[in-house]
Amino acid sequence: MFTPATITNAKYGLDPITGENTCINCVFDGSHVSVPLAAGNTEYAEILRQVAAGTLTIKDAD
Amino acid sequence: MALTKLRPAGQGFVNGSRNLVINGAMTVDQRNQTTTATGYTVDRFNIAKSNFDELVIAITQDTDNPSGNGFAHSLKLAITTAESAIAADELLYFDTRFEGQNIQHLCYGTSSAKSLTLSFWVKSPLAGKHSVTFYQSTPARSNLQSYTISSANTWEYKTITIDGDTSGNIANDNSPEIYLFWPLAGGSDFHGTPHTGWGAYTATDDFMFSDQVNLAGQTGNFFLTGVQLEIGENASDFEHENYGTTLAKCQRYYFRMGGSSAYARYTLGQCDSANNCNGVVELPVQMRDTPTIETTGTASNYAVYEAGIVHTCSSVPLVNALGSDKNVANLISVSTGNFAAGNAGELISNNSASAYIAFKSEL
Repeated sequence: MFTPATITNAKYGLDPITGENTCINCVFDGSHVSVPLAAGNTEYAEILRQVAAGTLTIKDAD
Repeated sequence: MALTKLRPAGQGFVNGSRNLVINGAMTVDQRNQTTTATGYTVDRFNIAKSNFDELVIAITQDTDNPSGNGFAHSLKLAITTAESAIAADELLYFDTRFEGQNIQHLCYGTSSAKSLTLSFWVKSPLAGKHSVTFYQSTPARSNLQSYTISSANTWEYKTITIDGDTSGNIANDNSPEIYLFWPLAGGSDFHGTPHTGWGAYTATDDFMFSDQVNLAGQTGNFFLTGVQLEIGENASDFEHENYGTTLAKCQRYYFRMGGSSAYARYTLGQCDSANNCNGVVELPVQMRDTPTIETTGTASNYAVYEAGIVHTCSSVPLVNALGSDKNVANLISVSTGNFAAGNAGELISNNSASAYIAFKSEL
């Protein structure tokens, strides 16, 4: 009964000091969110699941 | 106090919170919005709506309530366009979820597993059989129960008692370990021949009863409030809490700032370059995990106030995983080429009383 979240416009965001990826910005089930690259975060886990399943691609940061 | 109010030995509760459900009276609604698709509604209550092609719904906090029972609010599902026929994969339900470390005292997986009693007030547009599903996530186990609405569009009080699950398992961590579902409508993918009591969950048999009413099949309003889940075999009076107590419990999973004034202040931080301003939000309670940041999605709703100038943001604020955890959120605000490095800067709403920043760590 758990349906996959609808995720669109996924794109990495950078840490301004290190220049490394620090978050994923996307529209998640209709909400505009910035998801930290943090284990345990529910949205990050779902993003990783969809990337592994091949149903989601994350664009590089600008 | 009458002796009948005293609970039998062994049916007590831990640390004063008898009700395992957070916000069962639907008093806290930080989002304060109309939800029309899958997502959280009033705090701690989620709606799932999947694969419908006609159904139109609107979920809100409402003031309709069972008069004389101390409730001021309810969770309202308005069905404004019905689904003419339910396809196999269509599903509509409410749920609320329980964090594993908060329910260790249920002793699931042991011979001491505790019975639970669910009580709630409900007003349904359809009389007849309705489902409630208790679900454990690891491993997937379920216990499907029913309640009957006697009169449509009338507040009714329902109680359901289930045995403890001696074969269950509740991980002692911050993950969702028990779910409580109110299935409202569903196709044949979600009902069949369910097992009785606790047992291994099979989606095609155990989520809901096949002969329950179909709440997606007509327009009308479904209301829910006074949800209480407690240890024991009897329902006690609803445990009313003051607003602040319930709000603090909810903020472990969702915390929202702004949305009320044109130049609401969110963070005070430092500009580390001409483009970026970093600010830290100390979260009001420790969140379940490092939170996701939710915004309006419109960059111009946000600005950085630096050196007496309001600089409109060129992108919505971002969360920086570096420097963020359960207690603190580190936000990055961007206004390209506008800052002097080293200056202080405040992230504010940009003349928008509807702009907000929310911190989300839902189960």
